Amino acid sequence: MASIWQYANPKKFIQTTDRVLPWISGMAVVCLAVGLIWGFFFTPEDFRQGSTVKIIYLHVPSALMAINAWLMMLVASLIWIVRRHHVSALAARAAAPIGAVMTVIALATGAIWGQPMWGTWWAWDPRLTSFLILFLFYLGYMALWAAIENDDTAADLTSVLCLVGSVFALLSRYAVNFWNQGLHQGASLSLDKEKNVADVFYHPLLVSIAGFVLLFIALVFLRTQTEIRARRMRALLARERLQ
Amino acid sequence: MKALLIRDLRLGTRAGGGFGLGLAFFLIVVVLVPFGVGPETGRLAAIAPGILWLGALLACLLSLDRIFALDWEDGSLDLLVTSPLPMEAAVSIKALAHWLTTGLPLVLAAPVLGVLLSLPFEGYAPLILSLLLGTPALSVVGTFGAALTVGLKRGGLLMSLLVLPLYVPTLIFGAEAARRGAEGMDNGTPLLMLAGITCGTIALLPFASAAVLRVNLR
Repeated sequence: MASIWQYANPKKFIQTTDRVLPWISGMAVVCLAVGLIWGFFFTPEDFRQGSTVKIIYLHVPSALMAINAWLMMLVASLIWIVRRHHVSALAARAAAPIGAVMTVIALATGAIWGQPMWGTWWAWDPRLTSFLILFLFYLGYMALWAAIENDDTAADLTSVLCLVGSVFALLSRYAVNFWNQGLHQGASLSLDKEKNVADVFYHPLLVSIAGFVLLFIALVFLRTQTEIRARRMRALLARERLQ
Repeated sequence: MKALLIRDLRLGTRAGGGFGLGLAFFLIVVVLVPFGVGPETGRLAAIAPGILWLGALLACLLSLDRIFALDWEDGSLDLLVTSPLPMEAAVSIKALAHWLTTGLPLVLAAPVLGVLLSLPFEGYAPLILSLLLGTPALSVVGTFGAALTVGLKRGGLLMSLLVLPLYVPTLIFGAEAARRGAEGMDNGTPLLMLAGITCGTIALLPFASAAVLRVNLR
């Protein structure tokens, strides 16, 4: 009976991801190229924002992935705590720097857009602030991974940190709402069709979001493979030294 | 449990425990602020609640590594783990001892330092109340951070990086409650939220702290 848990076997994981990785990366490249080129060159300019609106094709997907990467780390940490599959812990570790980079992209593109539109690079708006806090959580998480030598201890501690951090990140998200009024516009995407951005912007945006999701998956697979191989190499070297 | 609490309180208050260092740090921060922003009374009064909260938070942070570090070095932490006392209880006692030796003195010192920052008269009661409600959360969250980094060399900086983001909600509501009180506005909501955070952290975080401590002592 095939189940998802068979991929907890590192060998099986590497075999399968090796097979699907070229496809996923290829699709990521195609989606990103289509989404971004379509978005940048073949959509009209917004009548108030002019061409600056086009940064949405980088800003929204990266912001989305910054949060989803943390969610993925949360799930992977839970799996590690409950079932103790090493691949899961390594995947959480692999996702953290990607999530951190996504956060930086979202903050940087937001600043670049905000300078002409809001007249400032940075405002202590709830969304901006909670993203900055999320970035700090990523930094702490990665620093803790890097600081501990024993792999299992590090996986345990970072998993607990990820769980506790998730609660506090959520708490901060709503606390900053209370603390300051926002400049940031509402969500660009929602299931309620009326509230969405206009269709011309919507379709390329969806394509580039798909591109970012695929890119994230491909990078996580690749980095997890690297981690597994690095750990295997360390084990081999240690064995050789013993002989 | 009582024995552990009394022992920790003794260790915390006697020489070498660093009692008073946190208070001195708090004083220094508050004294340095007017040098940084200028001595105008109006400006100082406006930022006083925030500065006092921030100073208390940093003073609390600096004393966190004391919670477990000494017990880790002389092995009494291992004894604690093997004792019949549940780890969760031991961790809660440690947090309580930390609050009694660090948080409570900070709360008591804050009004005095408020005078230095020309905090308006109406601001004292809300400031003390918010600190009283908020500092237990700082101690409990800090205990979690200290438990995470207990076995590490040079864990201090890392602990700041881990603990400070966790302090954000407490700081927001605490400083907001103190500020609103000082400006004569209604501060019921932030105080209630602050109390909620404190109760929640006291109820739940000892489990996480105990879990990471067990991992660290494995």
